[in-house]
Amino acid sequence: MSCAHLLLVLSVAVSLGSAVEIQRPRGVPLSKRQFYEENKPFTCLDGSRTIPFDRVNDDYCDCKDGSDEPGTAACPNGSFHCTNAGFRPTFIPSSRVNDGICDCCDTTDEYNSGANCQNTCRELGRKEKESLQKLAEITKEGFLLKQQLIEEAKKGKQDKQAKLTELQNNKKGLEEKVEALRTVKETAEQPEKEAKERHLKAWEEQKAVIRAEKDRAKMAEAFLELDDDADGFVSVSELQSHPELDPDTDGTLTEAEAQNVLGGSAKVDSATFENVWSSIKDKYVSESQPEQPADQVHIPPPEEAKEPITDNDSEQYPEDDIGEDDDDDDVEDDEYHEDDDDKVTSSVRTPESSDGDEEAMPPYDGETQSLIDAAQKAREEFEESERSLREVEDQIRNLEKEISFDFGPDAEFSYLYSQCYDLSTSEYIYRLCPFNRVTQKPKYGGSETNLGSWGTWSGPEENRYIVMKYEHGTGCWQGPNRSTTVKLTCGKETTVTSTSEPSRCEYLMEFTTPAVCQEPPSLEDTPQHDEF
Amino acid sequence: MAVTSDRMRLVYTALVSLLVGVAHAVDRSNFKTCEQSAFCKRQRELIPGQSPYRALLETLELSGTRLTLQLINDNNKVRLLLELYRLQGNMTRVKINELKPLKPRFEVPDVLITDPPTEPMSVVTQDENGVVLSLGGENQRLIVSAKPFRLDIIEGPEVLLSLNSRGLLSFEHLRPRKDTISHRISDTVGSMWDSIKSVFSSKSETEADHAEGKEDDPEQEGEKNGNEEEDKPGMWEETFKSHTDSKPNGPTSVSLDFSFPGVEHVYGIPEHADSLRLRNTDGGDPYRLYNLDVFQYELDNPMSLYGGVPVLLSHSPHRTMGLFWLNAAETWVDISSNTAGQTMFGKMVDYIQGSSDIPQTDVRWISESGIIDVFIMLGPKPKDVFTQYASLTGTQAFPPLSTLGYHQCRWNYKDQEDVQSVDQGFDEHDIPYDFIWLDIEHTDGKRYFTWDPNTFPQPKDMLQGLANKKRKLVAIVDPHIKVDSGYKIYSELRSKGLFVKTKDGSDYEGWCWPGNSGYPDFTNPEMRAWWASQFAYDQYEGSMENLFVWNDMNEPSIFNGPEVSMHKDALHGSVEHRDLHNLYGFYVQMATAQGLIQRSGGVERPFVLTRSFFAGSQRYGAVWTGDNAAEWGHLKASIPMCLSLGLVGISQCGADVGGFFKHPSAELLVRWYQAGAYQPFFRGHAHIDTPRREPWLFGPENTALIREAVQQRYTLLPYWYLLFYKAHRTGIPVMRPLWVEFPEDVDTFAIQDEFLLGRDLLVHPVAEEGAKGVTAYLPGKGEVWYDAHTFQKHEGGQNLYIPVTMSSIPVFQRGGSIICRKNRVRRSSSCMENDPYTLYVALSPQGTAAGELYIDDGHTFNFETQKQFIHRSLTFSDNKLTSSNLVLDAKFSTSAWIEKVVIAGASEPKAVTLKNSDGTESSLEFEFDAAMATLTIRKPGVNAGADWTILLK
Repeated sequence: MSCAHLLLVLSVAVSLGSAVEIQRPRGVPLSKRQFYEENKPFTCLDGSRTIPFDRVNDDYCDCKDGSDEPGTAACPNGSFHCTNAGFRPTFIPSSRVNDGICDCCDTTDEYNSGANCQNTCRELGRKEKESLQKLAEITKEGFLLKQQLIEEAKKGKQDKQAKLTELQNNKKGLEEKVEALRTVKETAEQPEKEAKERHLKAWEEQKAVIRAEKDRAKMAEAFLELDDDADGFVSVSELQSHPELDPDTDGTLTEAEAQNVLGGSAKVDSATFENVWSSIKDKYVSESQPEQPADQVHIPPPEEAKEPITDNDSEQYPEDDIGEDDDDDDVEDDEYHEDDDDKVTSSVRTPESSDGDEEAMPPYDGETQSLIDAAQKAREEFEESERSLREVEDQIRNLEKEISFDFGPDAEFSYLYSQCYDLSTSEYIYRLCPFNRVTQKPKYGGSETNLGSWGTWSGPEENRYIVMKYEHGTGCWQGPNRSTTVKLTCGKETTVTSTSEPSRCEYLMEFTTPAVCQEPPSLEDTPQHDEF
Repeated sequence: MAVTSDRMRLVYTALVSLLVGVAHAVDRSNFKTCEQSAFCKRQRELIPGQSPYRALLETLELSGTRLTLQLINDNNKVRLLLELYRLQGNMTRVKINELKPLKPRFEVPDVLITDPPTEPMSVVTQDENGVVLSLGGENQRLIVSAKPFRLDIIEGPEVLLSLNSRGLLSFEHLRPRKDTISHRISDTVGSMWDSIKSVFSSKSETEADHAEGKEDDPEQEGEKNGNEEEDKPGMWEETFKSHTDSKPNGPTSVSLDFSFPGVEHVYGIPEHADSLRLRNTDGGDPYRLYNLDVFQYELDNPMSLYGGVPVLLSHSPHRTMGLFWLNAAETWVDISSNTAGQTMFGKMVDYIQGSSDIPQTDVRWISESGIIDVFIMLGPKPKDVFTQYASLTGTQAFPPLSTLGYHQCRWNYKDQEDVQSVDQGFDEHDIPYDFIWLDIEHTDGKRYFTWDPNTFPQPKDMLQGLANKKRKLVAIVDPHIKVDSGYKIYSELRSKGLFVKTKDGSDYEGWCWPGNSGYPDFTNPEMRAWWASQFAYDQYEGSMENLFVWNDMNEPSIFNGPEVSMHKDALHGSVEHRDLHNLYGFYVQMATAQGLIQRSGGVERPFVLTRSFFAGSQRYGAVWTGDNAAEWGHLKASIPMCLSLGLVGISQCGADVGGFFKHPSAELLVRWYQAGAYQPFFRGHAHIDTPRREPWLFGPENTALIREAVQQRYTLLPYWYLLFYKAHRTGIPVMRPLWVEFPEDVDTFAIQDEFLLGRDLLVHPVAEEGAKGVTAYLPGKGEVWYDAHTFQKHEGGQNLYIPVTMSSIPVFQRGGSIICRKNRVRRSSSCMENDPYTLYVALSPQGTAAGELYIDDGHTFNFETQKQFIHRSLTFSDNKLTSSNLVLDAKFSTSAWIEKVVIAGASEPKAVTLKNSDGTESSLEFEFDAAMATLTIRKPGVNAGADWTILLK
């Protein structure tokens, strides 16, 4: 009752153009007016002591709680109340009273500092009103959109569930089909295998015959070559002209060795040579053939590109996150080189003797071929069915994953799934793919950097769904892996409005979406802030 | 298998190097040890006690205040010229140079503020063994012994100091090169110098000098005829890592030893991340002074850092002395003492055998080139040494008051909005600050004096926004200049030929932040004048009155240079970089400070922070301890590092609060703010790769703790300002080791975990993780100290255990002192200009106290040029507190007044009366806290510049 009365008095006073300060000590809010009664002793608001009223606002701090100096800077823990008629009233720390800087829009904090402050309350009030209206509009429209999103999400979820059920049924059918086709395939493959083996065996036999004939011809040729005096015998001395046949490979084929090669005889005729040939044919070098090159050409591994030498190898001032795993690469590179080396040498040592002898296998006969064709068809059908099964399984997995995502209390964020939103800055294109990842790509060439993969909702306890956290992005030099915090605000559009890197490798994105728009308060509930 | 084991080995090596990397952050291999520095190695190989030098007494000449005497090296017959001066203020100067050098040797310019005034000396006695000189009053004598040459300074019967007593004087004379064609030329035509001078110089006077030397000096012939010393490796060329130093002048190093009988404690020669008291260097590397950009420096070691001041202080209960080795080349200092290595057993043996072995500390200086020019400051009290050193190199620049507030820095505040939001953050969290800083990223491609057009398009708007809050900004301006013909600074410097040159005469270039860069020759006065002119408001676009400057990387840092710095054979005019390396940073800051003075027409005091420095740098601004790390050890190290700098005149010192590299825990950050709040230069800074760490990012509790620490700083600004005024006037350090104020208390000599601010505040920061308490030593038997927060009284001369919580900052006010504070902490120091003072009177056991109050406009030279300041003496005795004028002709008016007087250690009066200068009296209200014996007098209300007396009855 008395409060209402005082309010009335004040309103009248203001409307008559008097200053508010007449009614209460400087810096006192209306709500505390009753504690500051003129000409009565003042009791500190914490009750710690009572002082004469002329010590209120006398620029000396008497109360521990600072309540005796609401209008001066005397108390370190005091606060000053600005009425800010036309805008919002506020408290400022006492230390900002008369510090030469205009803090209250009604200029009341600078009454004795010489600061030239302008009253900007009405202007601020107008602007605030405008922006509040704008915000209210956005919230209203955004909230409507959100309702739609929720509806769509509900429907979408049902669709997905239905689809999932359908897919799971499909999967069952497919699994059966795969098994059936596997049996068909295996049944067709057995005769195919047998026919192939038969064919191969026949060819092997044929090849053996050809090879034996060739060998005999070679032997005859060698005999003729060795039999220098054409007496129909190969003698020890004739054999000695072929040092490559030296059994102890000391470079010379001694008489004894040669005789040994010839089976203990001094000379052999062409029939006996057959036995000798089998033991020398691998070493024998035809006199008409050129010699194998004696030295293996060793190709050294390519020199590694040398880094320019600097003294300061501690990476003193890297400007970019380069070269962090250079060392590992080096290790692996070295090994690869060694492996390559081995391959090169070994292939040189045992050259593949693919002379014209062993021609390609002759084509399958008609019967075998038809068995093969049948098996091939069964295989293809089986693989096809397996592929279909995998696809369905993938679809199921993806759907299950999508359904399992936390898309908000009413699944209002589900529309963001598998979408991406770009923001272009002067240097980079930032891309936010909600529930997936955030990336940064230089505008003018260069590879994409992962700024984090979907982690969790990480808003405050009571409002988790206004902040998204993306983690474990590309590592930083001497630093953490990149991560991104996405702050969601209410908006009609779904769009990335800004990005920044407040701390090295920790990114911040501002993202508007109707999905976070709250139900606008009905006008009747709006508290009236103005003090009168 | 071989491949597998190779892989294992590689992995193992990688692991080992990783572990080593963790244990030792710095890559030591980038920097030389003495062994790797040819001249240091040569010099250190000398065997003591075999000095080849003999004084030729017959050459002694004493003309008024100058004594000259020739010395001869009996091994090679080369003669040196010794000059001796008695300087005013109890100092002796000893200069040794070659009598006839092949070319003039470099003498350090611009460091001494004047040619030091001399006093007459006289010969007391002289015989064939030596000469005794009188050094004027105080019964001081200087004894010159002839063979071997040696100097002793004695006072009465006591030897204060001896020079060359260990025979380590060694002066490598300039010589022609023997092993090359030029040597053959020099035999027939002239010297080595003749043959190369056409390449390096066209000055004819050197030629003339030399010709004269050749004709007149028979000793030179003697040298040629068989007395030549052998060349040793590294004399004519030296390679370190991939860099070769060409050394066209050959070996030029100089060395001299000093002995301090009776001295066990020596200090100084910063900058090292090491203990306050210098260690014995026997068996390890000497302390090195060679300004270098040491990446992730290590603690407790004598390696060089960013700056070097070749000043050493000796201290014993009886006497404090100083040595100033004026040489700007690479310098190494060996310290050894006869007690340091002695075991308990050894001491017992001495005792039993009745040995009268007195303690002694030996100091040996080795420099790569230049001359020997040493100032012996004879004290006898610590404050006398400060005065003596200040008379040579000047005092601390008197900083603008605002620079004593809190500075917020980060590499980097990204853009104008970032700056604005950090500024806003301080207001939102009610934490005061005065300066926000911009590191290299604010520039357009690391072109200093420019702004990045994308991130800082409107620097003046930003600066005005700060000015509206009475705040300021510091922008970095480094001395490496991007090679880019489109960059004004570069193209002008190039066309004016003001860059440092290579030995071949082309512009010297090296890599730094912008890539390939030129290095302006700051040793050239023309260059410095041009540089200074670039800070004019119409030259430095986007600059305003509230923009100040920071010089980083001025060792100079050159990423691809030897030891991350400049090649020693680079040329500054005709002078090799070798001769003046340690001066480069000094000159950069000098030129920058000059620029800031000039832009205001000589009115405003400048503020320039530098990383590199030399003797005399105190005249140009502030220094910080470079790129430290967020580790408790670095927090602890900030104390001895700044104390050491203070001892050699550089008072405005600080370490990056929080640590530059790495991420501090909340506890470390809070403790660092608490310590930093009580260190002279108070700036938070962080590496670009660290998470953000503005004070409010560690939770509300930590924000509150940091706020409290910063607010304590701001309440004490009047005291800080007074201390800096006194440092500026007298050279006395602001932050002092305890022994400076308690020179006879040996228990204080090695203390480095606490310190004094001025005479009257003792600070023991909490620098241990998880600390539950600290033990502070309260010096002064028979004195008392008061807890600065609670006024609890403690006896002096004891170790006091103080339980601590996270909010504790152990600080004590000395009984007998009066300290003025401003308790109305506002958002910046300028906002507090007219606020009233509270006087904290801490009574001595005798019931007395004294203090001072200094006030001026806080930012101009008017205090100096027009005596516009208030300097008052505050004394309490006989229950009377009096404010009286200390400087009668000083004129300044303030609206600040006296709000409150708190008297600790008081008894309850019956009445308190204020007596104004006009004789009027009024009674004052007061409160008395009997438990703490603290009297609080309410609102005297007198103007801070007035005469008044408060009487307790």
